[in-house]
Amino acid sequence: MCLAVPGKITSIEDRDGTLMSIVDFGGIKKDVCLQYIPDAEVGQYVVVHVGFALQRLDEESAMRTLAEFEHLGVLKEEFGDGFELAAKQAGLTNPEVLS
Amino acid sequence: MKYLDEFSDPELARNLVDQIKDATSRRWSIMEVCGGQTHSIIRHGIDQLLPETIEMIHGPGCPVCVTPLEVIDKALEIASRPGVIFCSFGDMLRVPGSAKDLFQVKSQGGDVRVVYSPLDALKIAKDNPDKEVVFFGIGFETTAPANAMTVYEAKRRGIENFSLLVSHVLVPPAISAIMESPTCRVQAFLAAGHVCTVMGTDEYPPLCDKYGIPIVVTGFEPLDILEGIRRTVLQLESGRHELENAYPRAVQDTGNPAAKAMLLDVFDVTDRAWRGIGVIPSSGWRLSHAYRDYDAEHRFAVTDIHTEESAVCRSGEVLQGQIKPHECEAFGTLCTPRNPLGATMVSSEGACAAYYLYRRLEVTNA
Amino acid sequence: MPEDPTTIDMESWVCPAPLRDAPNIVMGHGGGGAMSAELIEHLFLPAFGPAADAGMGDSAVVDIGGARLAFSTDSFVVKPMVFPGGTIGDLAVNGTVNDLAMAGARPMVMSTAFILEEGTPLDEIARVAQALGTAALAAGVKLVTGDTKVVDSGHGDGVYINTAGIGLVDERADIRPQRATPGDVVIISGDIGVHGVAVMSCREGLEFATTVASDTAPLHGLVAAMLDTGADIHVLRDPTRGGVAATLNEIAKTAKTGISLDERTFPIPADVRDACGLLGLDPLYVANEGKLLAFVPAEDADRVLAAMRAHPAGTRATVIGECVTDHPGMVSAKTALGGTRVVDLPIGEQLPRIC
Repeated sequence: MCLAVPGKITSIEDRDGTLMSIVDFGGIKKDVCLQYIPDAEVGQYVVVHVGFALQRLDEESAMRTLAEFEHLGVLKEEFGDGFELAAKQAGLTNPEVLS
Repeated sequence: MKYLDEFSDPELARNLVDQIKDATSRRWSIMEVCGGQTHSIIRHGIDQLLPETIEMIHGPGCPVCVTPLEVIDKALEIASRPGVIFCSFGDMLRVPGSAKDLFQVKSQGGDVRVVYSPLDALKIAKDNPDKEVVFFGIGFETTAPANAMTVYEAKRRGIENFSLLVSHVLVPPAISAIMESPTCRVQAFLAAGHVCTVMGTDEYPPLCDKYGIPIVVTGFEPLDILEGIRRTVLQLESGRHELENAYPRAVQDTGNPAAKAMLLDVFDVTDRAWRGIGVIPSSGWRLSHAYRDYDAEHRFAVTDIHTEESAVCRSGEVLQGQIKPHECEAFGTLCTPRNPLGATMVSSEGACAAYYLYRRLEVTNA
Repeated sequence: MPEDPTTIDMESWVCPAPLRDAPNIVMGHGGGGAMSAELIEHLFLPAFGPAADAGMGDSAVVDIGGARLAFSTDSFVVKPMVFPGGTIGDLAVNGTVNDLAMAGARPMVMSTAFILEEGTPLDEIARVAQALGTAALAAGVKLVTGDTKVVDSGHGDGVYINTAGIGLVDERADIRPQRATPGDVVIISGDIGVHGVAVMSCREGLEFATTVASDTAPLHGLVAAMLDTGADIHVLRDPTRGGVAATLNEIAKTAKTGISLDERTFPIPADVRDACGLLGLDPLYVANEGKLLAFVPAEDADRVLAAMRAHPAGTRATVIGECVTDHPGMVSAKTALGGTRVVDLPIGEQLPRIC
């Protein structure tokens, strides 16, 4: 359920008493209702579902999450993948599906 | 798309898969509630990458799949009436009712239109004052605020030729129903990220305590799903059963207060029959008394509905995670996306359709 | 064979249930997917009876008086008539030119039949006709005959255009879907999903602002450049309705070969990907114009690719997969994450989804 995508608010206006905005999804622009995030500002990112902004997208949180994912990889590089090391020692190729 | 594409990075996915493999020491069964998550898992092949000790059980989080047959038949009846413009999300057009679907109604002269947003339906109502415009308001809590705002606007602006056919379903009661089932094998849940975007997370800790299960709020992109699974496995391995938010960029604990206030005003909780599962108490929303005049069920008193499900279809068992799609005798033979017997084969995120579309190679070779 | 040619005896068909379940035409029958194929296989061909001699290509290659000619027909019903990057007129010419080009033919002449809706403004028709003429000139094809009909207001969506085209098949060409063979390399001539997104962006109920403009273009020059390499091109097809997915499935089924793709290679522009993300569509199922899929033997792949990239209509040509002996008749894809998925034939139209 719930195909919701992040986009950037490019303009805000009142249309017939409803707070509306134009949101840019990386080149695609669409009308989005902003009534549920009345204090949103131009330049902020929002999560949009069926023409409605449901929540602000927390950009800092997004970057932190990605950094955490990268950090997991760094840890692995420093300490190595136990299975890979064992396989190398045994002279076998790693049957990892992603390689 | 920014803040979306980055969460599909194959390298980072590999890191997460490795972490999951390292953390898993025994068999675990995890249910992802949301159909969008099911779709993402199967389409990207995430379940193929997980250690085979982890089983993803696909849940009933596909509002298209669980919309009661009676409501579909009512929709078909209303859409068939002359003078009605019936608007719907694309997902619903091929869902089989007892005898036909909305596409067939269209072919027989019904004015059926696909829209992206319920506000588009309201606009159609405004532009066609001599017609009755009905919007098919299905969905989980994620979609309810959009439908609520639309009917609120219809009332505020006096657009009287508009009405809403409502069939909303709620996630927490579904989790309870699944856990109460005697054949339940689910040990943890990935909660639906965008449902929590709206509702927040406070409905879930009581479920964690009552059933002793971890619940991790999870997003939809490959990295989000893998992270949700990773945190779930860590909890399971250490015997914890807590609510965790693995989708903090889009989910706050309090949800969206403005949306929740609107939902309280526009909808009342009701018992709801979930197609393939049965009645789950207090698991749905219907329009509140204040919006009765905009309720399509009242405006078009639809009676004389005789529902008839396929005798062969086992979508109920699929929806509850009791069988996998290919374990149904009709899978791929009598029942295909081209000739679906049940809703799980129609919806692009129904488990049966997902398996058929993306997994036929394995399940036919297995 | 029924005695009264206008009576169809549904009970005497061999085919299974699907058509009998839905006694009317539904929109899905025009989607270019499984339903369209069924309509042809289970209604039209049986009804035509022995008179039908239809192959499965976009155009028919016929021998007339010693000349190998390609002959094709098409109808254009696109709504709206005018969209970013083109009009129904451009599509009408390029669509026909490309059907002929896919048989390895040089387009020579075409017909244009118009079905006009009563009440359509004349200047809109003029605009479409002008676009048609300009496209024909650019493609080097002559408009030699035509027809005009008018239908009552409420029918015809403004303008429907039917075309038929004749071309001379290049003597080096033996291009038929049956020739797809395991080992063949599958090449797409450029970005996918462009036309469908451009048209969708102005459709009622879905409108969105975008810079995506239709990629409609004639491809016979590109095909000639490919033939000039001396390569033995097995199959050419332009992936229009139903997208790359529909076209590859049809070829796989006709040639009884498997096709294996690599998702990481698909050339999908960011704005197409974003539009599809917004509406919940898969770019593989979105219509294309001005693009072709080519199946060439592995040993010819490099030089064909080079020739394509040197041509203005093929600068972003890419290898996206190959024919395999596994799963004959089916198309599979390796996902970016390393998993596998089946790329199925679309059923009807692809619709935007909320889930």
